[in-house]
Amino acid sequence: MAANVRSRHRQHATGRALIYGGLLCLAAFYLMPLWVIITTSVKHLDEIYAGSFIGLPKEITFDAWRSAWSEACNGTACKGLKPYFINSLIMVVPAVILSTGIGAINGYVITKWRFPGSNFIFGILLFGCFLPFQAVILPMAQTLGFLGLAGTLAGLVLVHTVYGIAFTTLFFRNYFVGVPDELVKAAQIDGAGFMRIFVSIMLPTALPIIVVSCIWQFTQIWNDYLFGVSFTAGENAPITVALNNVVNVSMGRKEYNVDMAAAMIAGLPTLIVYIVAGRYFVRGLTAGAVKG
Amino acid sequence: MATLEIDRVRKSFGSVEVLKGVSISIADGDFLVLLGPSGCGKSTLLSMIAGLESVTSGEIRIANDVVNDLPPKDRDIAMVFQSYALYPTMTVRQNIEFGMKIRGVQPAERAKATLAAAEMLQMKHLLDRRPSQLSGGQRQRVAMGRAVVRDPKLFLFDEPLSNLDAKLRVDMRTEIKRLHQRLGTTIVYVTHDQIEAMTLATRVAVMKDGVVQQLDDPQVVYDRPANTYVAKFVGSPSMSLIPARLAVDGAGAVAVFDIPNEKPARISGIPIAKENATKFNGQNVLVGIRPELFTVSDGKPGRTISVHIDVVEPTGPDTLALFQIGGVEVTARVPPKTVEARKSATLTVDTTKIVLFDAVTEDRID
Ligand SMILES: Nc1ncnc2c1ncn2[C@@H]1O[C@H](COP(=O)(O)OP(=O)(O)O)[C@@H](O)[C@H]1O
Ligand SMILES: [Mg+2]
Repeated sequence: MAANVRSRHRQHATGRALIYGGLLCLAAFYLMPLWVIITTSVKHLDEIYAGSFIGLPKEITFDAWRSAWSEACNGTACKGLKPYFINSLIMVVPAVILSTGIGAINGYVITKWRFPGSNFIFGILLFGCFLPFQAVILPMAQTLGFLGLAGTLAGLVLVHTVYGIAFTTLFFRNYFVGVPDELVKAAQIDGAGFMRIFVSIMLPTALPIIVVSCIWQFTQIWNDYLFGVSFTAGENAPITVALNNVVNVSMGRKEYNVDMAAAMIAGLPTLIVYIVAGRYFVRGLTAGAVKG
Repeated sequence: MATLEIDRVRKSFGSVEVLKGVSISIADGDFLVLLGPSGCGKSTLLSMIAGLESVTSGEIRIANDVVNDLPPKDRDIAMVFQSYALYPTMTVRQNIEFGMKIRGVQPAERAKATLAAAEMLQMKHLLDRRPSQLSGGQRQRVAMGRAVVRDPKLFLFDEPLSNLDAKLRVDMRTEIKRLHQRLGTTIVYVTHDQIEAMTLATRVAVMKDGVVQQLDDPQVVYDRPANTYVAKFVGSPSMSLIPARLAVDGAGAVAVFDIPNEKPARISGIPIAKENATKFNGQNVLVGIRPELFTVSDGKPGRTISVHIDVVEPTGPDTLALFQIGGVEVTARVPPKTVEARKSATLTVDTTKIVLFDAVTEDRID
């Protein structure tokens, strides 16, 4: 009996070791590209060409980072990624705020101010989630041209806002469906109107889903390449397009360290968002209904 | 404070008619309870009084003003919801002050009103908590406080006690009654619990399928139910309804119960009007007897009936005796230890309080 217990104990321990071992291997496997990117970005170009690709750098240098940020050439100019990073910021902030705000109002109306056909409209919006980027490019280009926004950052903000509404509406609808209707009725009796209820009652309860929506939209919009390359050109390009141009420029030796640093710079904001707000993301996705 | 008139009000959701011509009128300071089973349209009617649902047809008047098309905020009402509906991200104080803030009440005045309500409902120590930090009973108090600071013409309560456990429910019931006695404000209160209706109401409207069955003082609803539905719904254990045939003798109306293989049992002195006794003579009726109308007979002949007791259920203060008359189960409430199961007993009936119903229409015969 005692032996039996001990052996079961040992089985248990071996099982754990296997699980953690497996997880560690997988984690290492997935982290490998990041490792290569980071180490390469702080190496001298000579060291890379000498054949050390995976190993630690002999000497750490941030020359490649500086070059990527302010000197790298993209075919037209050699100003680095900085102006395009700023472009992306100018694009992503209003697009995230607008798409999240509109999604919140949509979700509020669809759940708390139902009107004939509101379910139908929600159905159509939902359809927008499954619409591939490629399908909207041509009509979108026409619309932007018609509005006189072709090739501008404002146009890109509009595209991302419109495209994001389907997702943000879905987030907020699913969240607000769990908020009791009686809260809205109580507020109506207290004398609150449509906007007052939205701002004072619904939005404060929706904090977790606001975080989810912002993270989701930020990642989508920051990382987007297709809309960026389709609807902007030259000076107005977002960072993803600029990164592609930097990497594809071929003059003399390929500067792997600069490419890697550029990739890191382009990816850093989303990485930071996840590290800072990732906890809230999971919490927001799993948050249940609000109890009054 | 105000009167309330509900005048031939109907409500349809699409093709489904939920309220089928409801008329209720109550005086200033009344405590009206809308009583009925789940789904009979009580909450819908209350929402229409509040202005949260539109009126399909008919009129609702508060203090003699037609309010059909007034938004909730202009009706001068306050409402307490079944789920309390406290704003989850606000503190108790903010919850109570929210409405006043919107109405533009000055901060000093708001604080005063909040404090007064908090003192009255003994929740001063809760003012800075959030709803999630409160127990069910405390949330109930806050919801009431939010209504009280409004100082409305009309309070509306939608099953405010149904989420509380039994003990707390009784306490809060008393609290609500005290509130009404203290403020004297007209109240409309929805419940499916007939004991709540009996204990709280000055007027009860018993509803079924969107139709008011009876609107009366609670004691009248209990003693003189308008039909068998009300008779069964109000009172626990409920009124026994025994099939009988009506006969008339020199003393008045007599109920004759057919008992298999025996000669029929008779209860004389049924209290109905002479013309109805004549009209229903020889016809089938239902004899309604509340459990407490039975007493254990002292042996003297008269309005007695002999029964065979099936089951005895002691409740403490008294005992419920179950037996059969005319093929239905009848309950009597008698003093403890006065009857025994599976033995015969002779019971006297207080015939003055017997209620008679038409066996076909099931309406009361007066
Ligand atoms: N918004 C609505 N749309 C359609 N039917 C409804 C709506 N609200 C209530 N009903 C129906 O009306 C009937 C009465 O509901 P309700 O007033 O809530 O009953 P009660 O409060 O007496 O339990 C129910 O059959 C319910 O399904
Ligand atoms: Mg209800």
